[in-house]
Amino acid sequence: MPFEGIGASVRRKEDARFLSGRGNYTDDINRPGQLHAFIRRSDRPHARINSIDTTAAAKAPGVVAVYTGADMAADNVGGLPCGWQIHNKDGSPMAEPPHPVIAVGKVRHVGDPVAVVIADTKQAAKDAAELIVIDYQDLPAAASLRDAVASGAALVHDDVPGNICYDWHIGDKAMIDAAFAGAAKVVKLDLTNNRLIPNAMEPRAAVGEFDGHSGDYTLYTTSQNPHVIRLLMGAFVLHIPENKLRVVAPDVGGGFGSKIYHYAEEAIVTWAAGKLRRPVKWTAERNESFMSDAHGRDHDSTAEMALDANGNFLALRISTLANMGGYLSTFAPCIPTYLYATLLAGVYKTPLIYCEVKAVFTNTVPVDAYRGAGRPEATFLLERLVDACAHDTGMDRVAIRRQNFIAADAFPYQTPVALQYDSGNYQATLDGCLKAADYAGFEGRRAAAAARGKLRGIGVSTYIEACGIAPSAVVGSLGARAGLYEVANIKVHPTGSVTVYTGTHSHGQGHETTLAQLVCEQLGVPIEQVDVVHGDTAKIPFGMGTYGSRSLAVGGTAMVKAMDKIIAKGKKIAAHLMEASVDDIEFKDNKFTVAGTDKVKSLTDISLAAYVPHNYPIDELEPGLDETAFYDPKNFTFPGGCHIAEVEIDRDTGIVEVVNFVAVDDVGRVINPMIVEGQVQGGVAQGIGQALLEHAVYDSSGQLLSGSMMDYTMPRADDLPNITVATETTLCTHNPLGVKGCGEVGAIGSPPAIINALVDALKAYGVRHIEMPATPQKLWSIIQGGAPRMAAE
Amino acid sequence: MPQVTLTVNGKQHTVEVENRTLLVELLREKLGLTGTHVGCDTSQCGACVVHVDGVSAKSCTMLALQADGTSVLTIEGLAAADGALHPMQEMFREHHALQCGFCTPGMVMSAIDLVNSHPQGLTEKQIREGLEGNLCRCTGYHNIVKAIAAAWPLMHGRAAAAE
Ligand code: FES
Ligand code: FES
Repeated sequence: MPFEGIGASVRRKEDARFLSGRGNYTDDINRPGQLHAFIRRSDRPHARINSIDTTAAAKAPGVVAVYTGADMAADNVGGLPCGWQIHNKDGSPMAEPPHPVIAVGKVRHVGDPVAVVIADTKQAAKDAAELIVIDYQDLPAAASLRDAVASGAALVHDDVPGNICYDWHIGDKAMIDAAFAGAAKVVKLDLTNNRLIPNAMEPRAAVGEFDGHSGDYTLYTTSQNPHVIRLLMGAFVLHIPENKLRVVAPDVGGGFGSKIYHYAEEAIVTWAAGKLRRPVKWTAERNESFMSDAHGRDHDSTAEMALDANGNFLALRISTLANMGGYLSTFAPCIPTYLYATLLAGVYKTPLIYCEVKAVFTNTVPVDAYRGAGRPEATFLLERLVDACAHDTGMDRVAIRRQNFIAADAFPYQTPVALQYDSGNYQATLDGCLKAADYAGFEGRRAAAAARGKLRGIGVSTYIEACGIAPSAVVGSLGARAGLYEVANIKVHPTGSVTVYTGTHSHGQGHETTLAQLVCEQLGVPIEQVDVVHGDTAKIPFGMGTYGSRSLAVGGTAMVKAMDKIIAKGKKIAAHLMEASVDDIEFKDNKFTVAGTDKVKSLTDISLAAYVPHNYPIDELEPGLDETAFYDPKNFTFPGGCHIAEVEIDRDTGIVEVVNFVAVDDVGRVINPMIVEGQVQGGVAQGIGQALLEHAVYDSSGQLLSGSMMDYTMPRADDLPNITVATETTLCTHNPLGVKGCGEVGAIGSPPAIINALVDALKAYGVRHIEMPATPQKLWSIIQGGAPRMAAE
Repeated sequence: MPQVTLTVNGKQHTVEVENRTLLVELLREKLGLTGTHVGCDTSQCGACVVHVDGVSAKSCTMLALQADGTSVLTIEGLAAADGALHPMQEMFREHHALQCGFCTPGMVMSAIDLVNSHPQGLTEKQIREGLEGNLCRCTGYHNIVKAIAAAWPLMHGRAAAAE
């Protein structure tokens, strides 16, 4: 058989169905007797609801029911819970205001659900929703971070003073202040991290169903983690015990974090299905995605680096405002703290780091993890600051990085911000990337571009990230309300084919292939005989889903452990059948052999004997070859690497062309190089989108201006370059596969590479920093000597 | 309610629709052909692209009534009767041009029209510009561009013309 194990670019098993229109996405699911929900959303950023008159809507053709927040409250429906609790500097817990499924009393952002109409058809529901009369009393809005923290700002939640969710910090401020006082040089940079809208191509959707005979509920939903939804919605919102609630996340068309969270619509359709005894379906229109999917990023920071006279980093001091939006989304509080501040050491041996973060409520859509989640924010800040250090000290950008790198022999390396890196080699990824990007030859290309009237620049970013989420005890001590281990159940069937039940979820990552490759590798079963099942709480023991590049490092390791158990049991059965001692049985390439003899039994011989035996040690051993393993990682994994971008700016228009992009990443052992390359390319595309095109913009009243794909610039094929991807591997030391994760590196490393390249291209104009997205207008203004010429020095 | 008669993937259907029913709604909801997707509401994403009388069209931007008397090809009708994939489908798989698969049906249908309409050859730039109407959030397009370039010689039965 062709080699299909670890390291092979096996073509994907899932592609045949996706390429033939046989995917099964949530909106493709239609249940008998199904009704359709349409949600009337707030068009006000901030308002008191004086009254809601649903009379006309309820009488409209085809309408079965109209519900408001009051109906849900009367039914004892709980609020949407938050999964992470952060503590303030003084040790008190964060402010955690209620998040009703449907707004009660007040709306807090454009898009906040106010009522739901349920009707025979979607069109009937939508038509009727127009007939709901809502009497609002508009309130002043806190539309941006700066507005929300200004004195006298409107309060998003009446009982949260100053709109501060928490005021958190990490590090020893006094020590750091002292280091700054004694430093030869201090480099300061103010910067924002632009707010993004994830825009997975599949809009969110949910179908709720209630079985009147059994009393069982089923929810089909566009989720990255169906078990988490079952846990949160069952326990906190609808009070349905887990034995009565099945959550299915079928094929899901991209997530990028936005489909992790438990959303209102999931609870609405499930609850309404129970009340009406009929299935209820809801599918977002894209405009609803813009105003109800959790947004990403949105930081406002001041960063300072203290250096000695030789350019060594002495201390880093950061102050960040992080936008939470109108309510706390499921994981929101941990993103700008434990997934952000703990990454601020980056790839550098900076000995002292202090970071304070104020999380702020605003009258905007909730903000939560989006591809990279906290780590892109940390990386952008750090890699821009390092370039500013080079700029201000006159040092070379590559040299200052190299000089401050954590040495390749310094692992395990304890950072000053809690994390301990297990492995890495930042020199190797930097060298590999400089070479692949022909960094040495750049000045020639710059001159050639200048001759064509173009401004050419090159930018380097060297980054680290933490993924493989997460060591449960560690995250528990940091405020996570659940552990984050993973589960695998592996069944070897009587005739030797294998089904893997994994608690991770694939929404583009290709798990049906890569996880099957692990089985090929370890059990020697051909890939066409391996099926990977995910996304159904009725089939899979448990699982925390897929985000934070955890599926292979955590879920894959659970599989390895389950297969270890299968081999151990298989050896006992083989020993019995071949009348040998267990200790003499070896397993390799699908075969059990007795050491030093030619006795052999295939895995199929053993699986058949395990299920339908004539001759089996039934007194000593349970029949069957079906094992489950749980795995709790010992540490995060730490992919890292170097991205280099080369850009050309048109002098007359400010239009940027990314002429070359090279990513050399260390993602640990690579299971499927083709898939890794695709993951990195996709991540880089989103990073380039953030750097050049994408921006969720609210006006000062809190209206979302970039509320459609006509207003929010999604990267298109002709906006992007070819993306060269290579890997330089150091193995993760604490999981048996040595894997680290590749889902987010592209989006983490790339934005600063692009902005560093633009600043380089414009260095003749005295530019030190450019905020994202670097639109043609911004660049054109700089070239014209216009407004954003010099950032604060 | 008005009726439309149209051929979809070689099979004739007569369907009752509202005046406002979109072609994509007819395909997905009336005919159960859920391979054609809806990714936006502003005609931006191309997840809904099908062929109408041999030319790619955004089925979210066409009324079902406008499709009366036409022949529509969707992703479900692309493979040969024996199940053999169309060369574009093959090349998408070979070059890993899909991840979540949601944009894929529209992307493949657009790509086929793009190749068909460029018998003289297709440069990378032309491919990238030709995909203006199709969004993919997963792949970064790199592999989609490669797949289309690789499908061109297969579909035109000759080696790719030099750029
Ligand atoms: S659904 Fe987006 S263009 Fe048709
Ligand atoms: S493959 Fe997911 S949107 Fe293109």
